Amino acid sequence: MSARSGILAALATKPWLPQPLPPVAAPRLPAATVGLRVLLGVIGVLFGLFAIALLVRARLPDWQPLAGTPTSPLAGLGPLWTNTALLAASSLALQAASGAARRGRLAATRFGLVLAGAAALAFLAGQGWVWWLFIATGHFVASHPAASFFYLLTGVHGLHLAGGLVALGRSVARAWRERSCVRVHAGVARCALYWHFLFAVWLVLFALLASPPATLAALADICGIR
Amino acid sequence: MSEHDAHGEPRSFWTKYVWSQDHKVIAIQYSLTAIAVGLVALVLSNLMRLQLGFPGAFPFIDPARYYQFVTMHGMIMVIYLLTALFLGGFGNYLIPLMVGARDMVFPYLNMLSFWMYLLAVLVLMAGFFVPGGPTGAGWTLYPPQAILPGTPGTEWGIVLMLVSLLIFIVAATMGGLNYVTTVLQARTRGMTLLRLPLTVWGIFVASILALFAFPALFVSGVMMLFDKLLGTSFFMPAIVSMGQPLKHAGGSPVLFQHLFWFFGHPEVYIVALPAFGIISDLISTHARKNIFGYRMMVWAIVAIGGLSFVVWAHHMYVSGMNPYFGYFFATTTLVIAVPTAIKVYNWVLTLWRGDIHLRVPMLFAIGFISTFAIGGLTGLFLGNVSVDIPLSDTYFVVAHFHMVMGVSPVLAIFGGIYHWYPKLTGRLLDERLGKLHFWVTFLGTYAIYMPMHYLGFLGMPRRYYAYEGYEFIPASAQDLNAFITVAALVVGVTQLVFLFNLAWSLRHGRPAGPNPWGATTLEWQTPDTPPRHGNWGETLPEVHRWAYDYSVPGAARDFIPQNVPQSAAPAGDDAPPADRHAGEGHA
Amino acid sequence: MAMVIALVVIVVASVVFHFASPWWFTPLASNWEQLDDTILITLVITGAVFVAVNLFVAVAILRFRHREGHRAAFEPENRRLEGRLTLLTTVGIVAMLAPGLYVYSEMIGPPADATGVEVLGQQWQWRFRFPGADGRLGRTDTRFVALDNPFGVNPDDPAGRDDVLVDSPELHLPLGRPVLLLLRSRDVLHDFFVPQFRAKMDLVPGLVSRFWFTPTRAGRFEVLCAELCGLAHYNMRGLVVVEDEAAFRTWLAAQPTFVAAGGEGR
Ligand code: HEM
Ligand SMILES: [Cu+2]
Ligand SMILES: [Cu+2]
Repeated sequence: MSARSGILAALATKPWLPQPLPPVAAPRLPAATVGLRVLLGVIGVLFGLFAIALLVRARLPDWQPLAGTPTSPLAGLGPLWTNTALLAASSLALQAASGAARRGRLAATRFGLVLAGAAALAFLAGQGWVWWLFIATGHFVASHPAASFFYLLTGVHGLHLAGGLVALGRSVARAWRERSCVRVHAGVARCALYWHFLFAVWLVLFALLASPPATLAALADICGIR
Repeated sequence: MSEHDAHGEPRSFWTKYVWSQDHKVIAIQYSLTAIAVGLVALVLSNLMRLQLGFPGAFPFIDPARYYQFVTMHGMIMVIYLLTALFLGGFGNYLIPLMVGARDMVFPYLNMLSFWMYLLAVLVLMAGFFVPGGPTGAGWTLYPPQAILPGTPGTEWGIVLMLVSLLIFIVAATMGGLNYVTTVLQARTRGMTLLRLPLTVWGIFVASILALFAFPALFVSGVMMLFDKLLGTSFFMPAIVSMGQPLKHAGGSPVLFQHLFWFFGHPEVYIVALPAFGIISDLISTHARKNIFGYRMMVWAIVAIGGLSFVVWAHHMYVSGMNPYFGYFFATTTLVIAVPTAIKVYNWVLTLWRGDIHLRVPMLFAIGFISTFAIGGLTGLFLGNVSVDIPLSDTYFVVAHFHMVMGVSPVLAIFGGIYHWYPKLTGRLLDERLGKLHFWVTFLGTYAIYMPMHYLGFLGMPRRYYAYEGYEFIPASAQDLNAFITVAALVVGVTQLVFLFNLAWSLRHGRPAGPNPWGATTLEWQTPDTPPRHGNWGETLPEVHRWAYDYSVPGAARDFIPQNVPQSAAPAGDDAPPADRHAGEGHA
Repeated sequence: MAMVIALVVIVVASVVFHFASPWWFTPLASNWEQLDDTILITLVITGAVFVAVNLFVAVAILRFRHREGHRAAFEPENRRLEGRLTLLTTVGIVAMLAPGLYVYSEMIGPPADATGVEVLGQQWQWRFRFPGADGRLGRTDTRFVALDNPFGVNPDDPAGRDDVLVDSPELHLPLGRPVLLLLRSRDVLHDFFVPQFRAKMDLVPGLVSRFWFTPTRAGRFEVLCAELCGLAHYNMRGLVVVEDEAAFRTWLAAQPTFVAAGGEGR
């Protein structure tokens, strides 16, 4: 058993044969970390399906891209790049906080957490600002399908980040309650993981929303959508 | 786990029974809610049958109501009864006990899951009381019809339905995270993956399916809400509805169908896999014989779970999608029949050379084999693209899915309840009432659904309020429909016997003792029956053997619980190993 | 014991019901006899398995039901037996899938000489459109739909001017000539289904779906809607009249063209 490990070997054992009692369970990953990884899988599927829906919809004749022409709502990608930078900063700050917590530096941890939270809030505000730009230029949710997807995808992504902020808030509270990092670190590390994930999701969404139809069509071809 | 030791046991009524974080209490909350809402669905089905059997005799069932009943019946049965009962009910109760844990790994989330589920049910039920009533779009909720006039319940009903589903998905995801993580992380010492009872395997894989399939329903639900409330055109093409041109343009109704069935097909297995697991354990326990081909059973569950994500478009052969997809999906669908058939073979081979005790849970298990076989076999018609074409959307489909995902899982649920009720309450359900319940339900469902296949052959379409004036339908079909209705009413009323039994046996049932069936799995080895908060008293059990040591040669008794050490099995260890593992000879 | 009897009764009753049932496929009126054959193959194979499984369970219960002192065997698995059963199942599956896919390839490949006929659905009525002398259907768009242009034919498309419009739910088809139905919907999903023809297909707003068949029997056949389309779904009736070429020509000539129906006056 010890030589061949892994799930396949485990599934191939003959369970009716006597096996030695394994040693007292070695410390495994904390349940919350495993749970979070599964959750990220679920959220990944969710956004993956949204993306596929977008690719399918973009194939239909009435699709007008959001970027590319001077009149399109994302003519200047500047605001979105700013937001992207904010989210990246938030992610980095959390990573730093997590590293600091691992090394037991409570003050640095607190600083990183607050910075991350502020940057995330700024990101959400920035997204709201882009919504306002859309509305100001007459691109409402039902104006054309790409705009619908813009509101839908940024909205769902923002809600996920907002949910993360609740967890982050609890980490912040704990970081201020505790006197050492021992009970702080795991939670911060999980927040960081979640943040990196949402940052990656945002990059994909950004790319999809800003891509010209030809790119989307090529992607759809790769996915076998026709 | 220190918060779960005896000191952490909640004392007040409210924390013990209402805001409980104990998986056993949550399981019962889930189950009772599911059964209650399931009764609503049952009543709706009998009302529909009244209209079909005796058209026009009950004037309050007009076409609008009929379609609302169809929709609510289907959706409640599939989602709010079966999914909730198998995962939230059986999963919650059995996983921690069967893997030897004190509770789910996230008890608070578990509690939240139930309250979200209850909220989803209440929002759904609110549909009956809003102007226009609940939606009548069919449980598939296909746009554009689901949100356009001409369908009942497009004012409020459809919105409530979608919102309720979204809430349900959040609840199911919270639950699913718990079930999956608990199985992965909280198994007690010695409980390797292949020592898990098949019930846990079934619920475990079904939970994974739920986690990854429900997002598709979520996506389609959110997008449809946008179309309905904000006027977007995700699924809505240019339409002239009742003479009025609409603002929508360019959307794709077929996209919705893809998303819906990407969820919808795995959903079939979300209710089937737990049933498979439960049936395997019932058969093994009551036939006093190890489940035949355990490893194959596990692999089959995993294979079916994986394949179930690549067959969805077999529901769309006549949907106008790209016709070349038909080849792919017909092939994958028929491939899935192989592991499914293996499961049936292994159940019947477990009976062979067994020591079959025909107690009530076993009756239900055998009934399940029979009804599941017929439902699975008719699936081979509908999966095989060309054969499906004349049969799709006829009563053949209605008969098929009721057999395979209506009757069979319900029989598994009943069997499971008769089996585990003694663990929940310390008392057995009444045997005679149980037999009455079984025989009427089993034979009754055959009477209802067997003839329906033939109405489908004839070409009678489903979701029809009435069939008057169609010449290709002989008058005798109406007599058959009346017969089916009578059978459905009898079956429906008989469920009251079951409810009565549940309530009556709580106080008057025969005391069961800790392990009335002589079962090996851990839930029967708890220090207390019913198990107390924390399940295991001072120390967690240790697992020394698989879940199926029934009738082991040389052992004194015909079962050895999983927590009995190899050396401690009475008279078991002095038998030579070759003898002890007789089945090895065939390998 | 009751269980054994019940299972045997179920098997016997099912078989008797099958042969005695007056409810069965309507007599075929199209070229899809191969499809009927495939259904029969599937029925024989699945029927045999159904009988076998139930009888096997019955025998197992009869022989191995609990008796005092009796004890079950211990048999974790039997790879050879499991392998054989898997193989046998695979053979059965292939025996159903192969003819099924073959027939399907026929069903999605209309012959080149099939006449295109449009079926237009709306809640809750059928309409039909034939190409005129030019053999081509005019382009359509929901923008053009109006009381005097229910089909939404583009008035500027010359190909549409001679299209023959059937503004009633009765479709005539010539006997023995392949037709390719081009299905469109103005509002929601519908499904054009004539049980005697076997084939069916959804009408989807926003796209044109299609299927083909050759009517092989003269007569009047009811059209049903087989996709839930709202309140009167159960009552969305139509009629296909299959008749000889001459009668069909006469009928077609009596139907107005787009121009004659006043569609171009807009
Ligand atoms: C005695 C029990 C039951 C009876 C008499 C019954 C009866 C019916 C009837 C009459 C219909 C409508 C047929 C039509 O007009 O197309 C229907 C539809 C349906 N039933 Fe049941 N049913 C029962 C149990 C169940 C169960 C346990 C399930 C669980 C899966 C279920 C799932 C469905 C579904 C999904 C539909 C389709 C709804 C739709 O077409 O949108 N039923 N049932
Ligand atoms: Cu399916
Ligand atoms: Cu219809």
